[in-house]
Amino acid sequence: MFMRYSSVVIPQGYDMHPSKLDLLQGTLDLMVLQTLASMGPQHGYGIARRIEQVSGNEVLLNQGTIYASLVRLEQRGWIESNWGTSENNRKAKFYAITASGRKQLIEDARYWERLSCVMDRVLAMGKE
Amino acid sequence: MSLLRRSRKRLHAFSNKQPLDADFEAEMAAHLEMAIEENIQHGLSEVEARRQALVRFGGMEQAKYKHREARGFMRLDILLQDLKYTFRTLRRERGFTIVAILILALGIGANVAVFSVVNTLLLRPLPFSNPQELVRIHQKDPKGGESSMTYSTDAMLEFQRQTRSFQQVTGYFAFSGPDNVKLITTGQPQPISGLSVAGNFFPTLGVQPLLGRQFTSEECLKNSRPVTILSFAFWKRRFGANPAIVGQTINLDGTQTTVVGVLPDSFDFGSVFSPGARIDVFAPAVFANMEDWGNTMALVGRLRPGVSLGQAQAEADSLFPKLHFNLKHPEFGTGYTANLFGLKEYVSGKLRRSLVVLWCAVGMILLIVCVNLSNLMLARTAARGKEFAMRTALGAGRGRIVRQLLTEALILSASGALLGLGMAFAVITWLAHQGSIALPLLGDLRIDGAALGWTVFIALSASILFGLAPGLRVSTGNLQSALKDGGRGASDGKSHNRMRSVLVVSEIALACVLLVGAGLLLRSFLNVLDVDLGFQPSHAAAISVSYDDGNSSIKRGVILQQILQRVEQIPGVETAGITDSLPMSTNRSWDITPKGHPFKQGEFPDTFVYVVTPGYLNAIGMHLIKGRDFQWTDTDKTLGAVIINDAIAQTLWPGQDPVGRIATIGGSDAQVIGVVANVRETDAETEAGWQMYLSQTAPQFGPMAADLVVRTKLPPASLASAVMGTLREMNPSQPANEFKPIQMLVDHATSPRRFFVILVGSFAGLGLLLAALGIYGVISYSVTQRTQEIGIRMALGSSMARVQKDVLWGTLRLAAIGILLGTAASLGAARLIASLLFATTPWDATTYLAMVAVLTAVAVLSGYIPARRASRIDPLVALRAN
Repeated sequence: MFMRYSSVVIPQGYDMHPSKLDLLQGTLDLMVLQTLASMGPQHGYGIARRIEQVSGNEVLLNQGTIYASLVRLEQRGWIESNWGTSENNRKAKFYAITASGRKQLIEDARYWERLSCVMDRVLAMGKE
Repeated sequence: MSLLRRSRKRLHAFSNKQPLDADFEAEMAAHLEMAIEENIQHGLSEVEARRQALVRFGGMEQAKYKHREARGFMRLDILLQDLKYTFRTLRRERGFTIVAILILALGIGANVAVFSVVNTLLLRPLPFSNPQELVRIHQKDPKGGESSMTYSTDAMLEFQRQTRSFQQVTGYFAFSGPDNVKLITTGQPQPISGLSVAGNFFPTLGVQPLLGRQFTSEECLKNSRPVTILSFAFWKRRFGANPAIVGQTINLDGTQTTVVGVLPDSFDFGSVFSPGARIDVFAPAVFANMEDWGNTMALVGRLRPGVSLGQAQAEADSLFPKLHFNLKHPEFGTGYTANLFGLKEYVSGKLRRSLVVLWCAVGMILLIVCVNLSNLMLARTAARGKEFAMRTALGAGRGRIVRQLLTEALILSASGALLGLGMAFAVITWLAHQGSIALPLLGDLRIDGAALGWTVFIALSASILFGLAPGLRVSTGNLQSALKDGGRGASDGKSHNRMRSVLVVSEIALACVLLVGAGLLLRSFLNVLDVDLGFQPSHAAAISVSYDDGNSSIKRGVILQQILQRVEQIPGVETAGITDSLPMSTNRSWDITPKGHPFKQGEFPDTFVYVVTPGYLNAIGMHLIKGRDFQWTDTDKTLGAVIINDAIAQTLWPGQDPVGRIATIGGSDAQVIGVVANVRETDAETEAGWQMYLSQTAPQFGPMAADLVVRTKLPPASLASAVMGTLREMNPSQPANEFKPIQMLVDHATSPRRFFVILVGSFAGLGLLLAALGIYGVISYSVTQRTQEIGIRMALGSSMARVQKDVLWGTLRLAAIGILLGTAASLGAARLIASLLFATTPWDATTYLAMVAVLTAVAVLSGYIPARRASRIDPLVALRAN
């Protein structure tokens, strides 16, 4: 989707590369939702790592910002949370997508599809 | 629904901060542990793993902040934080807080009180149904007092029949005086006030009786059963609000009268139609009895929906000249005129100017208050310069600091507004019960929703006015210099001082305008008091006398003569006399022409007529210019006797001796036996009209009301019981009427002006006080700032006196600029109130000079204390301290 437009970047391990993409809060919310839909219930750290991996480390993400996103999603009823234990027997707060969350996901994904098609065409215009 | 659920969740988060915070801390801890584990698995050392984990996580505090922001009401949190901080700061600086709240309370309270008055008198519609349809009708030339404001019953009925613009025409009998009816129960007869009204009076106004019913048309016919409707206040006072009174009879003037209704509390006749009057009982006017009484009805009409006042006026202009004075005597002629006024306009229109002036004055007070507070706040923020610099350095935006200062201003304003509201409530409640002030609608005065809204509005405006200025000043300062130890704060030096000086100068100018206004009004008031009324109100009192002469004028003469003889024998009484109406109370007018001169309607002014006994002229203190007073022997049936005033003499017989001439009054002949000096019969400010005096004993005139006037060197109140006793001896059914000092009538007439002067004077005093405080504050602050400089000067040899003089000169310079500006502004403003002045020009030099003197004196006094403080500065201490 939007990641096609990244004009930059070879990720270098764990250093923060200055030219990574900044995320608007709405897009991060969507990423979190999608991650939970495909991965199933996951804790905050897991979600953050997954997004980093899937994005090929192109996304500039302060891991801590994911929690604000999780709060927003939970307030809207798209995810729900429970304290549980992780694989390594650690206590962690797990999040899971709800039915209305899945519905929202489908709508949002459709929206991004359309948007990116349109943007593609508009930007191709300038190349003629 | 989602919004509701979200709001609920946010509210829950807002009120459960601690457990949620703890929860998040645990979550973050878990996150970090997992990150560290992963890093260790990737081969990093423990220390490095931890470091990398923290780096990847981003700022912990920022994460917490964003978490909190997402879950609760962040803005509310910030607001609460500001409020807590404000309360702490204000509590710490108690002196400033108390002063600020007090002067805010005075300013806001005065504004709310005046707004309530303006709202009640000018803005709020009258308490009738569809009040905009109600119209007052009176004749075009009101020079002849009440008689030329009224219409005969025949004319009224004719107009009722012919009009197309009015859906209803009604009226009331305009010549009732107070205490004109006797309520006879067991014990002494009680004097009460009664009024005859047309049968449709209350329905036309839209006033529904609280109990009982309206008058019926049968009850307005001749010889019908006497009925009455009670006023609410009378019903409460006399009958203890007993609902069983409806249907019972009470004895009024010896007649058993049935009570058919009680009016609601919301209706007060005097409030709307006759300020200062109080009516207890209403009776239906029986027109059949009133046909020959002349012009007696004051008309009120209700327009048809959709008819404008202009249209009604046009119709009136065509109808009224054709209305007959008396249908049984068409030869008396026609030829009325009519001026139509919206009832609200009629009731309070005259006061509009005064009220606007009052409103402006009180607005100026609020401005002065804001300026003062602005100065105070500026001084405070200058002292807190380091605090603000620190906060800015730590990341507070300019908006945050301005918001903090605005919050302080708002808290002060709100507290001041609450206190001010309380003050205003007290003042308004007291005012509403002042029946003695002859202002209309006073009883309706109250703090209503509009006044509360106004309070909120001015509290907000005031807080913005005086809160914004320091805020903007503070946040533009130089950070580094502010943080330095020796720095004087974020805002210092010349520009700051100049702003404060400008504020004080404007304060002085405003106070100037208020003082000049108050001074001019005060002079007018004193001039009014000084006016030669034509009679001597002090040392005289009057009481209403009732007697029974069996309708024989000879018997009347005997009775009245006896009364006067007995009363004059009371020790302390100098002279006594009887009149049918006193000056400055009810009046009526007839016409007088020289005999043989054909009567032309409107050629001569209507003439006020007083029917008096011999001795009255002396008792009331009038001045006889020519001729003689009445004698008890002036009872000639064919040629009556009349005493005219100078105004009549100058017009009817200019340059000649009027004594001995014959005049025609109401169709009969009368010989002029004397000329008296003019009397101001309406009030002190209105020029005297035409006045003539006729004898009570003249057989042509039936029995008249009798007011006994007694002149005495003793305080009149001390004779009250003696006079009452004498009257009772001669007539046991003399009701317990009030023994009124004549001065009271005069005071009542001047009461609106006196009230107005007191108000504006208080505002001027308040403005002066605030200006003095402002000057004191500024000079004091500048002395504090220049402590080092003064210390150096004194160390170099300057004397204490020199230092004092310097400070005082600074003060005087400020004051001079302010007075100059203020004088210019006053000259302009004074012209606007010219119509409110009496015998005073808006450029009255005495007032302006007095104002300059007072302001200069106040300025010097305010600057004196800081000056002394300056001269007491110990150079060593001053040079050492910062």
